[in-house]
Amino acid sequence: MSANTRPYRARHAMGEKVRGEALVARDGFSARYDLDRQRGIFSRPTHALAGQSYVGKVLVLETAKGGVATAWMLYEMRSRGMAPAALVFNSVNPILAQGAALADIAMLAGFDEDITVAIASGAKVEVDPAARTIAIIG
Amino acid sequence: MKLNDEERDILAGKFGAVPRLALEHQIKVGDFFGAQDFVPVTQAHVMADTESLGEAGVRWLERLAAEKEGRRRVRIPTLTDPRGTDFAKAAFLGQTPAMLSLEERAIAALVKLGVMMTDTCINYQTVQPATLNEHVAFGDTGVVIYSNSVCGARSNYEGGPSALAAGLTGRTPRYGFHLLEPRRATLSVRVEFTPRSLNEWGAAGGVIGRLAGHYWAVPLIEGIESPPGSDALKHFGAAMASYGSVALYHVVGITPEAQRRSDVASASLPEHRVRHADIDALVRAYRKQDRVDVVVFSAPQLSILELRTLAELSAGRRFTIPVLAVTSPQVKPDADRMGYTRTIEAAGGTVLSGMCFYQSYAREIAQAKGWKVLATNSAKMVNILGGYGYVPMLASMEACVEAGETGRLA
Repeated sequence: MSANTRPYRARHAMGEKVRGEALVARDGFSARYDLDRQRGIFSRPTHALAGQSYVGKVLVLETAKGGVATAWMLYEMRSRGMAPAALVFNSVNPILAQGAALADIAMLAGFDEDITVAIASGAKVEVDPAARTIAIIG
Repeated sequence: MKLNDEERDILAGKFGAVPRLALEHQIKVGDFFGAQDFVPVTQAHVMADTESLGEAGVRWLERLAAEKEGRRRVRIPTLTDPRGTDFAKAAFLGQTPAMLSLEERAIAALVKLGVMMTDTCINYQTVQPATLNEHVAFGDTGVVIYSNSVCGARSNYEGGPSALAAGLTGRTPRYGFHLLEPRRATLSVRVEFTPRSLNEWGAAGGVIGRLAGHYWAVPLIEGIESPPGSDALKHFGAAMASYGSVALYHVVGITPEAQRRSDVASASLPEHRVRHADIDALVRAYRKQDRVDVVVFSAPQLSILELRTLAELSAGRRFTIPVLAVTSPQVKPDADRMGYTRTIEAAGGTVLSGMCFYQSYAREIAQAKGWKVLATNSAKMVNILGGYGYVPMLASMEACVEAGETGRLA
């Protein structure tokens, strides 16, 4: 895959700079509804990423879905080394932001383009919250 | 964020490490959403079941609780959402000693922090509803959407750590639904029928939640003729929040901020219609088979009125599969006193208190009990339990009770 130098800029950002492989889908995210947190995979059968591992990935998704539990669960997942490396969403709800804040997981949200279209699954990306950007690096 | 003198003192550690940590967390979140300042809140409601907390979350609470007396207590009434178990029924649910021990540790830590162990997701029915324009920091999406929409109070979704932080500081960052502009409608939904039962209200909420699709969407709903009552709006909102992450809706002429459409809506909004066929389609999508392993009434916890109806439907029956009804610790003594618990349990059912089925290790319960196919009248629960390995099916309370007797959903 060829590197794309243009970074995508988010309106909201928090956390530290991180690099990783993107796991992308045009679907929502709820730690309670969608994940088997013990195995580190998406488990809801109707989820676009069902069966796939999110551990260590830069998760690029459409939006946060219901459930306040995600606010604790990200911290718990991180404590076992079973969390995504970063969360990059077109739109987030407060729960995801609160959870990322507690768990110290890098997060970006709110783009001019559809970020789930702009980034391909499997791409190597760098998330830089200080600059509010995600860039494809390979 | 702009901080006042008291907030600067909290941040400087004048009141100790616990409120400082809480405020630091709140500033991180407030900055993320561009909050200008904090707003005082009157109550907080903390979702802190141990299935979500895990060992790491309980240790986090215990670290706060280890601060010395007088420097760790919440400043405002701070309530809890359902716990991960009903200790009296844990053996029946197949829960392990490790789960119960984690739960006991979480409770001990929360009590040390001054949290009121109300263990309810229907505090707007059982403890104290927030009032019009009252700023609160509520967890549980069902509580937030009900309080915002039906009561006209102002809250964002506050996850456990943030709700507890709000309890400890008495304030929350002023963003989202604490402000007026985000409370205006962003889509218009005409409902072409009036739901008749709680499962239909839930299914309608689910359909509208899917249409809305995200937290910042505020549906303006028209076509509902008269106020359907608290339990109907409870299921309606809980499902809308669950399917769509929606935190606020308006029903013209029924919810307090939308006496007229123009109160909350500009002339042009994206228009949607919801027909009975849409909720039939939602129900059909979950309907995989007739045979049922377990019937569960929960999510949200049942009000005393729902338990009354369930008792009437259960009277004189003989359940052949487990039938669970989950309520709050405020309602349970009333249900006991009025004989509803006795009637439901005489039929072979079980009334649980202070937990909520999906927040109580539902995956482990499924494995321990061999429960897979589940019937419920809660649209919220069918949306959640698919991820926990269940085949959940949505039906009326009457049909679910019938299934409890025959083992099949008619």
